[in-house]
Amino acid sequence: MDFAALTSLVIFLPLLGALALLALPSAESIKWTALGTTVLTFVASIGLFMGYDPSVSTADMPQMAHVVGGWFPEGVDVKYFVGIDGLNILLVLLTTLLGPIVVLSSWYYIEHSHKGYYALLLLLQTGVTGVFMAFDLVLFYVFFELTLIPMYFIIGIWGGEDRIYAAIKFVLYTLVGSLLMLAGVLFLGYAAGSAQGIGFTTDWYNLIDYTIPLGTQTWLFFVFALAFAIKVPLFPLHTWLPDAHVQAPTGGSVILAGVLLKMGTYGLLRFCLPFFPNAAQSAAVLIAVLAVIGIIYGALLARVQPDAKKLVAYSSVSHLGFVVLGIFAFTTEAMQGAVIQMINHGISTGALFLLVGMLYERRHTRLMEDYGGLASSVPVLTTFMILSVLASAGLPGLNGFVGEFMILLGSFKSTVLDSPMLIALATSGVILAAVYLLHMVYNTFFGELTHTENAEMTDMTMREFVLMAPLAILMLVMGFYPQPFLNQTQPTTDFLLETIEAKHIAAIEAEQEATASATHSPAGHVEDVESAPAPLFESMPTALRTAAPSSPASSSPTR
Amino acid sequence: MDSELLVRLILLLPLAGALFSGVLPLFLPQLRTSEGLIGTVSTAAVALPFAFAVYLFATFSGDPIITSYFTWMAAGDLSIDFAYRIDELSLIMLLVVTGVGSVIHLYSTGYMHGDSGFWRFFAYLNLFIFAMLNLILANNLPVLFLGWEGVGLCSYLLIGFWYTDLSNSAAANKAFIVNRVGDFAFLLAMFFLFREVGALDFGTLLAEGPGIDTTVLGFIVLLIFIGATGKSAQLPLFVWLPDAMAGPTPVSALIHAATMVTSGLYLLARLSPMVLEVPHIMVIIGIVGAITALMAATIAITQNDIKKVLAYSTVSQLGFMFMAAGVGAFFVAIFHVVTHAFFKGCLFLCSGSVIHSMEHVEHDLEAKGHNMAGFDPQDMRTMGGLKDYMPSTRWTYLISTLAIAGIPLLAGFFSKDEILFKSFELGYSGAFYGYVVWGIAVVTALLTAFYMLRSYMLTFEGEPRWPDADTVHPHESPASMTIPLWILAGLSIVGGYIGLPAVIQGGDLNWIHHFLGEPYGGPVHEMKDLAKVPLALKWGLVGFGSLIAIVGAYIGYRAYRPGQAMAYDTALQNRLGGLYTFWDAKYHIDDFYNEVIVDGLLDTSKKVLQPMDATLIDGVVNGVAALSQSVSNGVSRIQTGLIQNYALMLVLGVVLVLGLIMVGA
Repeated sequence: MDFAALTSLVIFLPLLGALALLALPSAESIKWTALGTTVLTFVASIGLFMGYDPSVSTADMPQMAHVVGGWFPEGVDVKYFVGIDGLNILLVLLTTLLGPIVVLSSWYYIEHSHKGYYALLLLLQTGVTGVFMAFDLVLFYVFFELTLIPMYFIIGIWGGEDRIYAAIKFVLYTLVGSLLMLAGVLFLGYAAGSAQGIGFTTDWYNLIDYTIPLGTQTWLFFVFALAFAIKVPLFPLHTWLPDAHVQAPTGGSVILAGVLLKMGTYGLLRFCLPFFPNAAQSAAVLIAVLAVIGIIYGALLARVQPDAKKLVAYSSVSHLGFVVLGIFAFTTEAMQGAVIQMINHGISTGALFLLVGMLYERRHTRLMEDYGGLASSVPVLTTFMILSVLASAGLPGLNGFVGEFMILLGSFKSTVLDSPMLIALATSGVILAAVYLLHMVYNTFFGELTHTENAEMTDMTMREFVLMAPLAILMLVMGFYPQPFLNQTQPTTDFLLETIEAKHIAAIEAEQEATASATHSPAGHVEDVESAPAPLFESMPTALRTAAPSSPASSSPTR
Repeated sequence: MDSELLVRLILLLPLAGALFSGVLPLFLPQLRTSEGLIGTVSTAAVALPFAFAVYLFATFSGDPIITSYFTWMAAGDLSIDFAYRIDELSLIMLLVVTGVGSVIHLYSTGYMHGDSGFWRFFAYLNLFIFAMLNLILANNLPVLFLGWEGVGLCSYLLIGFWYTDLSNSAAANKAFIVNRVGDFAFLLAMFFLFREVGALDFGTLLAEGPGIDTTVLGFIVLLIFIGATGKSAQLPLFVWLPDAMAGPTPVSALIHAATMVTSGLYLLARLSPMVLEVPHIMVIIGIVGAITALMAATIAITQNDIKKVLAYSTVSQLGFMFMAAGVGAFFVAIFHVVTHAFFKGCLFLCSGSVIHSMEHVEHDLEAKGHNMAGFDPQDMRTMGGLKDYMPSTRWTYLISTLAIAGIPLLAGFFSKDEILFKSFELGYSGAFYGYVVWGIAVVTALLTAFYMLRSYMLTFEGEPRWPDADTVHPHESPASMTIPLWILAGLSIVGGYIGLPAVIQGGDLNWIHHFLGEPYGGPVHEMKDLAKVPLALKWGLVGFGSLIAIVGAYIGYRAYRPGQAMAYDTALQNRLGGLYTFWDAKYHIDDFYNEVIVDGLLDTSKKVLQPMDATLIDGVVNGVAALSQSVSNGVSRIQTGLIQNYALMLVLGVVLVLGLIMVGA
């Protein structure tokens, strides 16, 4: 069976739905159409999941690839090229799963301009799924920018009091990064194209085959990495996030935390690492340090927020730090952990935003001091909140643990980072996560009901239960049995790491030839060249191990 | 019977019980008040595994039974299965956890009767057993860690069980977070081990772990020990345990005395071959255990809350176990885990029975018009003379008090004596810290006998000290509560005979040593090349240990004898003066944590990081934003209702792209 068209269907079905609902008269019909569209898209994406076979190699072609091209003159290889591999399959599913959940969560939350809201929401989904499935860099860029606009309006129109400020900040930040990246895309496409005798190419597979000279790699890497680091967001580029989250309506926050941020980490994995492996490794320690600062900094700031939504927003800064750390560790364990952590963060933080949103809908305040003792009035909501908090805090048996554990374990043995102290600092994030999350539960749900308004609060409705249940189930399933999901992504992370290693060696060899003839090597990359190309991922003796001679028969404990 | 099936049932029955009592009542409210059904199912969900455990024990061949279910996570070199291991060590723990667990479940059906959260309580309790079984049966460190954090979660849920009182929730948070500090060290230990040997299952770890370079292994063992100090409430992380008494008393008995808090010892015993390779870390373990034991014992003297006395006594007894581990006598540590589970479980359940009846007294007094503000049903100063009203509680409390005091021939005597002997033996063999540990242990043993007798005398002997004591009487608890008391009291009498001192038996071994010890094929390794202590000296030490216990108990009895108990307590306070205040203030350790670490971090976040985030980091961006005023001017038009036009334009743009695709195709 040919699944090729299914990829495009999953991308564009929401867009069609958006167009359809523009013609609809009533709010009810708009909501139901939006819901129907997202459910249908989710069902279609299950088809993708069934059709995707991890045992089939995606080294030359993604699965279920859909390619349409020929719009440009000869020599310009820019095309519509989408497909599925291990890196995006789960992210696509997460996006399509969050689709109906977000629609349901907005059901009563959005009180005006339904048509615009739901149309933008659907458009946003098209953009995000497009980002994840694009295998052409220009196409990726188009989708990447496409996500910006609907999110901008969603925050700017349906947001809170400071929505305009937050929306502009969001756009400005992202634009700064992405415009620079556009320059990088064009440069890269031209460089790779000429090297391969095509002229201009942005086909992902052509680009990963192309070994970029080290000097060029460095600035290209930083141009791309900046755009993605802003999206993640990596410390100190994070300040747009709390504002955007706090001002955005619940649905916007869920999409933002659930999948939009993942475009950053996904971009790092999909493009930065395989395109610029040497530069990425040179920058690995720097980026890992920023990631670890983000883990701790985000957590400390989360703890002192009086606003529950802002607390969750800062927790994202902290959690995404783990993902970035895992990406730049260059070990299988850490990279697999990072991929699965992207999904897990989407699930648990998405759930937290949904729950905080439910409280906001009832009481129109996000301040924790306006709550207190809610466990007595809304026990079911409390149960879901505690579950989501525990998942987010990385309790083993729930989803958050798996990714964090693999990331930290893999980073600890990473020879690229080679810094147990840094990983120890990162690990302290597990203490801090418990600190700020339990603080929220404590202030919001436990104790006496301190505000009489809260006594009459209605517990979760059937609609809310239905939208939370899939996330809660996923927290448990992915906590106890993540292996089927890891199996989906394994071949692609292996492929990425192999590509990186091969290109790493090739680039160093090329550089050595170049330095042999030239007297001066390009900007600051001499350190990469000092040794013969060595396999990166062989576990090298560590500093500690070499500190003292290894003697299995160490001294007898008895004196 | 198929032992793999039994292992599966042992694990799954408590989980099923937790789901039955925890999830079903969420949807079927009428089930929430079905105490009989929920109590029976939950208790059976622990009692059946106990029966299976007995069967496994009886038929155990000496070869570990390892069962592996499915892969948890695997990537690169990492491969972790849900794999479980039945061997001598896990069997002993399994018997204690399910055995004492069943008894405490039975007790709870009486204790929690009438509580609106009855169903929730039993769900948590069963979930705890499930997590604890993962902890002790795991065949690799991550699954053990799953149980480790799982029991921490249940502890959190149960300490904060009565959540409308914020102080309970605060204690729950504290327990969870302090434990997380230990878990942080545990995680790092796993990362180290994985980097060094590339696997985390016990088979590989125990084979290759001891061969790790000593410097690194020292780090690893130290980290594991720090992890253990969290869960097992040792310095510097013991501060959560006394606060944890906010939970219902059966919880204190099961989780915070008999089972969960001993898991640090279990972990060290499990990894004993690695621990023994780093004697310098063992010194730390032994000394930290000794200091914790002594410190907690001194604090216990100053406590008036009956549960707080028992809580500090637990910290102190756990210190004894770490002393044993620190001198390399891991099987003795496990022996003390077992006997301690009996007598401390019993003591806590007795205190629950006492508190229950004192609450009735409070209730009756209130009905009579007394102003009961400030009355604390857990305060021993308002008790006294309960022996006349609560004979079962009194006798069982007395038996287990004498057992913990180390009175000869009761359970605690044998295990404590073995710890004293093992530390002395190490000193005798040339490691000086063995003598230090021994000395501190002797002093602590004396104090233990003293403060435990104090608690018994204040509670049960003398004249009643609550108001209107002539007409208002407490009542003995129902049979569902007293039967468990007698079971545990019985075990507190005979439980020590599994470790009858070798010197008494005349041989070189006792049963538990033989069962667990590596020289006999068991999993628990021990010190080699110890000097042989002469027989006469051995007997002398046994006699000295007995004497210490008897003297301590006698002093406690004399000091708090009927008629002068309260006067003596005041006199003691005056005589100790500043020392007493210092002990009572818990050596200001809590204050240090709160004022230096917690407040320090909070202040940094609030007064440094938060302003920095808002001004420095964000300021740069706002500057940029201010420059692009025109953009925001444009955006303000959004509010005029033109959104749909914007959206439409956007969509049209995308449609254009789509059209291109179609044309191209």
